[in-house]
Amino acid sequence: MEVLAIFLPLLGAFIAGFFGRWIGDRGAQIVTCAGLIVSAMISIWLFNDIALGGNPRTVELFTWMDSGALEVSWSLRLDSLTAVMLIVVTVVSSCVHVYSVGYMSHDHSIPRFMAYLSLFTFFMLMLVTADNLLQMFFGWEGVGLASYLLINFWYEKPSANAAAMKAFIVNRVGDFGFALGIMATFAIFGTIQFDAIFGAVPQAANQDMNFLGFQAHALTVTCLLLFMGAMGKSAQLGLHTWLPDAMEGPTPVSALIHAATMVTAGVFMVCRLSPMFEYAPAALAVVTIVGALTAFVAATIGFTQFDIKRVIAYSTMSQLGYMFFAAGVSAYGAAMFHLMTHAFFKALLFLGAGSVIHAMSDEQDMRRMGGIWKMIPFTYAMMWVGSLALAGIPVFAGYYSKDMILEAAYADHSAVGTLAFWLGIAAAFLTAFYSWRLIIMAFHGKPRADEKTMAHVHESPLVMTLPLLVLAIGAVFSGMVAYGWFVGEGRAEFWGRAILVLHENDTVEAAHHVPGWVPLAPLVVALAGIATAYVFYMFRPDLPGALAQRFAGLHRFLYNKWYFDELYDRIFVRPAKALGFGLWQAGDRAVIDGVGPDGVAAATRGMAARAARLQSGYVYHYAFAMVVGVVVLVGWFYLRG
Amino acid sequence: MIVQGLAFYMFAAILVASAVMVISARNPVHSVLFLILSFFNAAGLFILIGAEFVAMILVIVYVGAVAVLFLFVVMMLDIDFRALRSGLLRYLPIGGTVGLILLVELAVVLGAWAVAPEATTGVAAPLPPPEITNTRAIGQLIYTQYVYLFQASGLILFIAMIGAIVLTLREREGVRRQNITRQVSRRREEVVAVRKVPTRGGV
Amino acid sequence: MAQVPNLIPALPEIFLAVAAMALLMLGVFRGDGSTRLVSWLSVAALVVAGGLVLAVGGPREVTLSGLFVMDRFGVFMKLLVLLGSALTLILSMTYVEREQMSRVEYPVLIVLSTTGMLMMVSANDLISLYVGLETQSLAAYVIAAFRRDSARSSEAGLKYFVLGALSSGMLLYGSSLVYGFAGSTGFDRLAAVLAAGSVSTGLLVGLVFVAAGVAFKLSAVPFHMWTPDVYEGSPTSVTAFFAVAPKVAAVALFVRLLIEPFGSLVEQWRQIVWFMSVGSMLLGSFAAIGQSNIKRLMAYSSIGHVGYALVGLAAGSELGVRGVMFYLAIYIFMNIGAFAVILCMRQNGRAVEGIQDLSGLSKSHPMLALAMAIFMFSMAGIPPNAGFFAKLFVFQAAIEAQLYVLAVIGVLSSVVGAYYYLRIVKVMYFDDAVEPLDRAIPAESRVLVAATALFTLLFFFVPAPLLEGAANAASSLFAG
Repeated sequence: MEVLAIFLPLLGAFIAGFFGRWIGDRGAQIVTCAGLIVSAMISIWLFNDIALGGNPRTVELFTWMDSGALEVSWSLRLDSLTAVMLIVVTVVSSCVHVYSVGYMSHDHSIPRFMAYLSLFTFFMLMLVTADNLLQMFFGWEGVGLASYLLINFWYEKPSANAAAMKAFIVNRVGDFGFALGIMATFAIFGTIQFDAIFGAVPQAANQDMNFLGFQAHALTVTCLLLFMGAMGKSAQLGLHTWLPDAMEGPTPVSALIHAATMVTAGVFMVCRLSPMFEYAPAALAVVTIVGALTAFVAATIGFTQFDIKRVIAYSTMSQLGYMFFAAGVSAYGAAMFHLMTHAFFKALLFLGAGSVIHAMSDEQDMRRMGGIWKMIPFTYAMMWVGSLALAGIPVFAGYYSKDMILEAAYADHSAVGTLAFWLGIAAAFLTAFYSWRLIIMAFHGKPRADEKTMAHVHESPLVMTLPLLVLAIGAVFSGMVAYGWFVGEGRAEFWGRAILVLHENDTVEAAHHVPGWVPLAPLVVALAGIATAYVFYMFRPDLPGALAQRFAGLHRFLYNKWYFDELYDRIFVRPAKALGFGLWQAGDRAVIDGVGPDGVAAATRGMAARAARLQSGYVYHYAFAMVVGVVVLVGWFYLRG
Repeated sequence: MIVQGLAFYMFAAILVASAVMVISARNPVHSVLFLILSFFNAAGLFILIGAEFVAMILVIVYVGAVAVLFLFVVMMLDIDFRALRSGLLRYLPIGGTVGLILLVELAVVLGAWAVAPEATTGVAAPLPPPEITNTRAIGQLIYTQYVYLFQASGLILFIAMIGAIVLTLREREGVRRQNITRQVSRRREEVVAVRKVPTRGGV
Repeated sequence: MAQVPNLIPALPEIFLAVAAMALLMLGVFRGDGSTRLVSWLSVAALVVAGGLVLAVGGPREVTLSGLFVMDRFGVFMKLLVLLGSALTLILSMTYVEREQMSRVEYPVLIVLSTTGMLMMVSANDLISLYVGLETQSLAAYVIAAFRRDSARSSEAGLKYFVLGALSSGMLLYGSSLVYGFAGSTGFDRLAAVLAAGSVSTGLLVGLVFVAAGVAFKLSAVPFHMWTPDVYEGSPTSVTAFFAVAPKVAAVALFVRLLIEPFGSLVEQWRQIVWFMSVGSMLLGSFAAIGQSNIKRLMAYSSIGHVGYALVGLAAGSELGVRGVMFYLAIYIFMNIGAFAVILCMRQNGRAVEGIQDLSGLSKSHPMLALAMAIFMFSMAGIPPNAGFFAKLFVFQAAIEAQLYVLAVIGVLSSVVGAYYYLRIVKVMYFDDAVEPLDRAIPAESRVLVAATALFTLLFFFVPAPLLEGAANAASSLFAG
């Protein structure tokens, strides 16, 4: 059963990808959707069995590589953490698959799209069921690859192209950290099998290691390296620039990858490795700070953007920040809780936005929307549900999880925890504000689109609205239902040994005993945010413009996303290009052609004799370089004695 | 003994001096001539250590064949060596510096000459007794102990031969070639006709 | 009198040398029209030699007066060499016909060069090392210049030859220094002398010179300068050959040389290898960015790959050597696949070699583009492709040997390297073709591209046989 749940998507991808031409568009859609839905059902059953029934297990598939000290077997680790991720991934993925049938109906390479989607899902499942770091890394890179393909799905668009490259390369930076982290883990523990590592962590807690010539606390270094990988994948501040650009991909892709699954892989990883992070308090503090800053910064950028998908993307980034700082204050249960609820309502928002875009004939700019709420009432309602959940209004899922996170941060009683709490509160206000800004700009007011588009506005077909409904149910009820399991009374038996929290760090417990104003604060600021949005965009639409002019500098700063892209371009991209170019110029041109008199200039004179001499000059120089190499090496030995 | 010592230093000094002249002579023909001189001196050195066969080979093969071939080539190809050398001065500073460093490094090697104690015992092949001739001693070695290297060297020469043919042999149109099969297989009747020529009649 | 030495361990070499001569005779008598026949027969000879290698391989055995050694390491490396030669030979058949350089000497020279490589792998003496190296190189010089009417090809051959002669000179000079200071050229004896603890500066200098001579064949920085020019100038099929088999043989030689006779000097030679490795990795990844010719790019790529392989050697441990062998095995497959694609690049019956000529390949040849993308991803070291594991193991060895800086530089440069590999993918998939490539792709190329692509992609499912083979072979070097 377990194996079936994980390999069905791969099978679907395989059939749709390689036999798409024979089975046709419809066939590919049916195969992949059916595979995913079955997989989702098995996942629900597994969740019941593993997490609720308290029956975690490991299914060994086969020994993968066995060479010397490195022994890795390929097996599926099924515990509560995995079970939660399985449900999230398969359910959201099934919804997205079904939704794509409608959304991509006009595209001309449907089998390819469906195959990529299923392939992505497979890699994601591989990631969450990993039993060792290498297998996790395999899934990790796999989702990266699949997301590259998906972002680039409309490869005719140069912007999609650039965005895919950017996502890939920024993620490589994170992966670099992750890979080093794996190696460091191996260096410390001599294994990369989770169980063995977790068992050995307490002994290794005081070990030091030599990193780049510095003596440092081994676990802290390792955890920070691993967290670097998480930052890349989960678009945390510093490595986040790819996420907004990734919105170039089709909207279902954004819903699946950039809201519900791939970007949460980092959070999942930190929770999975909680036994390691627990013994590295300095690393946890870094996680908290980065998470909190991301939550805040992303929210500030979010409320200046006009592209409907980018707003949601920044919102995702901000919510991921919440999850990270929850993990940072050891409230892993709360982080996973928010991960799950967020997956539902954010996928709902993305798909809802997709529905809007679909209705508006592929218009994404909110300044050219408006006045359509009566024409697409269902989508409108769904966006409301999603936004209410996102803002954390009671009854809706986000309320439970977000409150829990903020309470845990408060209950941590440390400096970073307090910082995270206040930044979180501020971000909660901004979140509510930009969510309603989005709703009002997109749906209310006078229509700002041209008449032709307006005439075309229509509610999406059933195949698109049905998944929205499923997700909406999740967005409403998942918080209520799962509260007890994830962070409430039953959390100890629910998580079992999947998550480790040291007794003195148990902030979830402490969160149940915070002063009365703390749980109220997020709700109050959220309501304030909604009210402000109404004032600004519904009743006094002239205010935003005036404010933007009044604080032009600030607005420009936020609108340009804190100038991260420009900064990176300056610091990394250009120097790297320049270095490559420079080496080529200096290495191949200047040294070879330039040092000798027989340079390029001589060649351009076009004299045959000279050209002949140029050739001999080359060999001369090559030989010279070889001699210099030998001299340097010999000299090196003399100098070192 | 002293005669031998004197001879050694004479041969060695002339060898080094002529080797320097090979690369510094302005006229390429002179270079080749100096090369021949250095070969002769090297042969002399070999004779001093009792390796007459190698000495003779050096003279016959290197002087008699290789160097003379060089001479032909240098004379046939009218290469303007002066033009080739015109870069010498410009390269001299950097090339000279690197060369000097290398020289110093190698000099240090010589200065710190410390032969491993085991080294002296590991001489590859013992000197043959005087009644065995040079050729025989060499033959015994290269056909037994070094047969692998001997054969492999043969393989290298084989490759060199193939290479030379591949890269230079060209079939040209309109060149009359000797066709041995035709030459050998033709018969008298095909090519020889016996005619009666009347006397005083002219042909 | 001396008895006949045990020739059994050297059977593969003897067989190949004799086969080459026989094939040459056959070719000469039947004329250039029989090139394809001779080529297939050469492939058969290489396969038979592979069988012989397997048959005679086993525990370490020294023969021919200590000049020649056969062990498990040799078996593994020889099989790689033979595989590389045979596959590149198969690939080149159609190419040489289309390029009008179809002459019988071509396959024969490849077989002879391969014989030299086997001799290199089995060398157990500085002299047999040199002889093997020359056998391999001399044949290589000739085939580099094989298209003698093309100025570029002749130039490539000449350059290769002149610089190769220089490197041989260095090698010989170094050997003479080693002989002078240690009293022997035999590997076993050198190992004994050095283990006894008598290390002089002169010996180290000799080692540097020898290493330089071998590094030239490896094209490791700073002895790499010939590589781009020769790769670009040589006929593409020859470039494919150069990029695969001689590299493997040279690395094998280097590994044996450093581990066996100079094993006790690991602290000293590690610095040389470290320097070469870092230089090669950095140069290989940065200099490739500016290239527009795909053969030149592959040249820099191969320089980079040698750098990564040397990371494992720098570790100097059994794990490291295993990493090197594993790296080479995977490198062969990726490279043959990539070159098979490059050899298919023709426009209007003319071979082209610009990177931009690949544009639009995904539309005109979707499967070819997919395969090339797999090779590029693999070379960039992106999981789950085989190339990732190759890098993983060498870096792992480096970390274990506490060469952290080396590992970090390696990982960083592989990130940079990913850039130009991805650029090729981008060109194939996202650029519009000015002029599509020709449709006709020879059957043998199709088969090889498909096979190597599948290997590269699916390797991670069953890595065990190769890993175990490499581990087994590596352990035989350290046993003695």
